[in-house]
Amino acid sequence: MRTLRRLLPLGLLLIAPLAGAQQNLIHEERSQYREVLVYEDGGERCMCFTRQCRIGRQSCINLADPKRFALNYTRMALGGLLFASPQPPQRVLILGLGGGTIPGALRQVLPAAQIDVAEIDPAVTRVARTYFGFREDPRLKVYEMDGRVYVKRAIREGKKYDAVLLDAFDQEYIPEHLLTREFLEEVKSLLAPGGVVVGNTFSSSKLYDHESTTYAAVFGTFFNLKGANRVIVARPDGLASAAQLRERAQRYEPSLRSFGVDTQALLAMFTTNSDWDPQARVLTDQYSPANLLNH
Amino acid sequence: MTRGALCFAVAFWSGFFVMGVELLGGRLLAPDFGSSIYVWGALITVFMLALSLGYLAGGRWSQHAPSLRRLALLLAAAALATLPVLPLSGTTLENLAIAIPDPRFGSLAAALLLFFVPTFLSGMVSPYCVRLLVDTREASGRRAGQLYFVSTFGSAAGTILTSFFFVLWFEVNMILIGMIAISLLMAAVTGLARSAQA
Repeated sequence: MRTLRRLLPLGLLLIAPLAGAQQNLIHEERSQYREVLVYEDGGERCMCFTRQCRIGRQSCINLADPKRFALNYTRMALGGLLFASPQPPQRVLILGLGGGTIPGALRQVLPAAQIDVAEIDPAVTRVARTYFGFREDPRLKVYEMDGRVYVKRAIREGKKYDAVLLDAFDQEYIPEHLLTREFLEEVKSLLAPGGVVVGNTFSSSKLYDHESTTYAAVFGTFFNLKGANRVIVARPDGLASAAQLRERAQRYEPSLRSFGVDTQALLAMFTTNSDWDPQARVLTDQYSPANLLNH
Repeated sequence: MTRGALCFAVAFWSGFFVMGVELLGGRLLAPDFGSSIYVWGALITVFMLALSLGYLAGGRWSQHAPSLRRLALLLAAAALATLPVLPLSGTTLENLAIAIPDPRFGSLAAALLLFFVPTFLSGMVSPYCVRLLVDTREASGRRAGQLYFVSTFGSAAGTILTSFFFVLWFEVNMILIGMIAISLLMAAVTGLARSAQA
């Protein structure tokens, strides 16, 4: 018996790689746009838009410690947004909710901030509430709307934001009207003086070049944080210096630690080196084959 | 070129043109209305509606002195009616989006404004061609079948070429202008062929 117990973990170890492909599906629903699936695997719960999360995970939480970010990109996006802003942002706009981990974390790190989220798919919002502990309140609102439609309306209503996070892409599909020079110009015009734009993107191959020149055409030089994803951090009124970044990383270190964010590792990712083809054609409303370029 | 070959060429191109414009319509509406299923729904509704009414009108018009020259006129009119899409797709759509906040009905109104007239005129082409092609009652079904084939095949070609390749190579307005130019060229050839015959 004792031997068996001793061997059991070994057996599990052998099965584990197979089990990895066999994640537990705990919820599925088909929305107007896609299938929204919730899987559990190895203490993590993830929102996916494809079976077995074949093409990436939208959002994950650690079940034992739901506050802790399970995905690296959320750390990059949150850090990018906070370190690039001279003052803690008071008005934040996020396009794309996912599991709601980033707005939830921002709500805690910036308790005084007003956070608006535009999410097109009500099923995503529903699943975020039920399975990912996402909570709305008067300072954290979700608008069920296309991101670009929201941005245009916000401009007309004279709204301004200190930080805008673009998080509406995934590995499988990019809403092409959200990756054009005109769209980024609109986002730029929503910014309050000193405001920052953070784009979480998945571009690979040729799209990487086109996305880079498009951001550069609107914002000039930007911070380019690269992990499995790419996080672009831009600020029309000028990027932070290395010293400023360090100072802000220190400021946020205590509040970010509980989310599992290593501020020093994050700091090291801030670079303005350009590693793309500067001749790549800028994407516009007239020319936006983002998904065709992303192969 | 014979009258038959010209009719088939015009029907092919008209089918191509309609689907090319429809796909680009999705691009033009996206900045103001998004690219949700209902935006595509609005577009397809308007195109289907315009085509259906165009078929009716084209059939009717074919009863009065049908000629290749008039067919050429239809093709040219559809092309010219597409021209206003170029200037209208800017601030006009934005104003429509402001006037009609519900993006479903906003995009429906936008699609009606931009695409109803040219698609209605394009719809007139096919039944008009049938009239020009059919000489005996026995051949009518076969001719109609050939015509459906050619025009729907043209639509398939216009769909795949526009969505797979044209949008990767050219700007939306350039594709539209190119297709309008081809329509006008074909209309000229078709109209002149008739004068040569006469």
